[in-house]
Amino acid sequence: MAELRSDLAVIADHVEPGSRVLDIGCGDGALMGALRRQGCDVRGIEIDGDCVERCVSQGLSVVQGDADRDLADYPDRAFDYAILSQTLQTAARPDRMLDQLLRVGGRAIVSFPNFAHWRTRAELMFGGRMPVTNALPVSWYATDNIHHVTVRDFRDLAREKQARIEREWFFSAGRSIGRRGANLRAEFAVFELSQR
Amino acid sequence: MSISTQTLTLPDPLPLDGGGELAPVEIAYQTYGELDRDGSNAILLCHALTGDQHVASPHPVTGKPGWWERMVGPGRPIDTDRFHVICPNVIGSCMGSTGPASESPDGEPYAMRFPVITIRDMVRAHIGLLDALGIGRLHAVVGGSMGGMQALSLAANWPERTGHVLAIATTSRHSAQNIAFHELGRQAIMADPRWNQGDYYGGHSPDSGLAVARMAAHITYLSEEALTAKFGRNLQDREVKTFGFDADFQVESYLRYQGSGFTQRFDANSYLYITRAMDYFDLAEEHGGVLANAFRDTSARFCLVSFDSDWLYPTGESRHVVHALNAAGAPVSFVELGAPHGHDSFLLDIPALDRVVRGFLDG
Repeated sequence: MAELRSDLAVIADHVEPGSRVLDIGCGDGALMGALRRQGCDVRGIEIDGDCVERCVSQGLSVVQGDADRDLADYPDRAFDYAILSQTLQTAARPDRMLDQLLRVGGRAIVSFPNFAHWRTRAELMFGGRMPVTNALPVSWYATDNIHHVTVRDFRDLAREKQARIEREWFFSAGRSIGRRGANLRAEFAVFELSQR
Repeated sequence: MSISTQTLTLPDPLPLDGGGELAPVEIAYQTYGELDRDGSNAILLCHALTGDQHVASPHPVTGKPGWWERMVGPGRPIDTDRFHVICPNVIGSCMGSTGPASESPDGEPYAMRFPVITIRDMVRAHIGLLDALGIGRLHAVVGGSMGGMQALSLAANWPERTGHVLAIATTSRHSAQNIAFHELGRQAIMADPRWNQGDYYGGHSPDSGLAVARMAAHITYLSEEALTAKFGRNLQDREVKTFGFDADFQVESYLRYQGSGFTQRFDANSYLYITRAMDYFDLAEEHGGVLANAFRDTSARFCLVSFDSDWLYPTGESRHVVHALNAAGAPVSFVELGAPHGHDSFLLDIPALDRVVRGFLDG
């Protein structure tokens, strides 16, 4: 079993065993597999057909679709958790996607690359070019990331949505770091939100 | 492995959606693989419009290999070393199950006195067969095209009878375009003087009409890309056009061959009845107009597969079912596979389909 990416591992650790989980942008199903082993009833949405085929051939329930459009089909509170990993910044309207996550799941878990990480800031400030870093490895013209977001932006959005931040985790160089100075130090952030 | 068709007479009359009942009802079916002692490894395989029970063994009339031999068999994605596969011929058909060519209680063939049946009636007959065989809960119901309609109908109407539902290249309702193509086929049959209001048994059957019906339908099973790749504008066994109405083009020759071959193995009245059943199919209508309501009581896992080149039942139709299943909270997988052949892709060599079928049935 390949080791889970660090943000996925922390998510897997904090989802209550036996929960109903929707994994949006589930990729090849790595997190879904881990959650299934914890006894969760887990479903996925994935836009890439090859990924979906790999998931289904592992016996995972994954629907090929576009989260921007298809989340609306799910009933309110159909899940205990709605998980969106590394996908928020690719959404047509991340604010509306967050609304949908909070609607279909009691809890929303969202992870994203932090655009305010010092390396990103430095590339932009001193290089004068759109950053290409470990966290943001694709050039500006080819990236799926159309709505870059920072830790501080995300906290603002959560406040605007009147969502409560239940927990938060930050990562740099694949390792968990504390929340102090996270907007500068974190390459990736993971937030767990609930509707107030 | 048994390869001979078995026939079972249902113990009770079969109530029909159109009112009344059908009796007696004979079901011709084939099985592959052994049934577990606890009866938990049975898969009901539902065939398409002109399919039959000869899934993985040679067709008795044409001698051709079974229609899904690449999918069903020892070590195949539907592995008969592990699963007990049951494939019944649908009622209304002509391969051994009761249909318009069968003898009615008065000793004459039913012909057009055969009642108009629905997809749900076909599935009700399958359930009667399963009851008679002592199979309570299936591991899975599997079907492509009209077989997929039966799979969805079984899940909606007998939700306790299956654990998995695999519906490939199918739809929850026939569209205006689907109905239109079927009506074209039916009118071709009925316009053949030999059809004789359906009363042709013992005489000449309406082969010309049936062949035209098959030719029209066959076009809908293939993508434009597949036709172009296979035939283009190539001429058939000639260097120049004849300036006549012979089959100058390869595609014409191919269609004529498909049409006439079909009349060797299929009954024209069965074609009328089965296409009618498909046209009447609207799973939402059966459930108060809300498709999600069809799946409220199911505990089964679902998998839907569409093909990007299928214009008969395009991906949107599968998505429509997936949306309803999501709304009903049912566990569902869905994938649109890339394949150039059109609707018939589900019968052809698509390795990704094999992986999805195997993975879903094992999961």
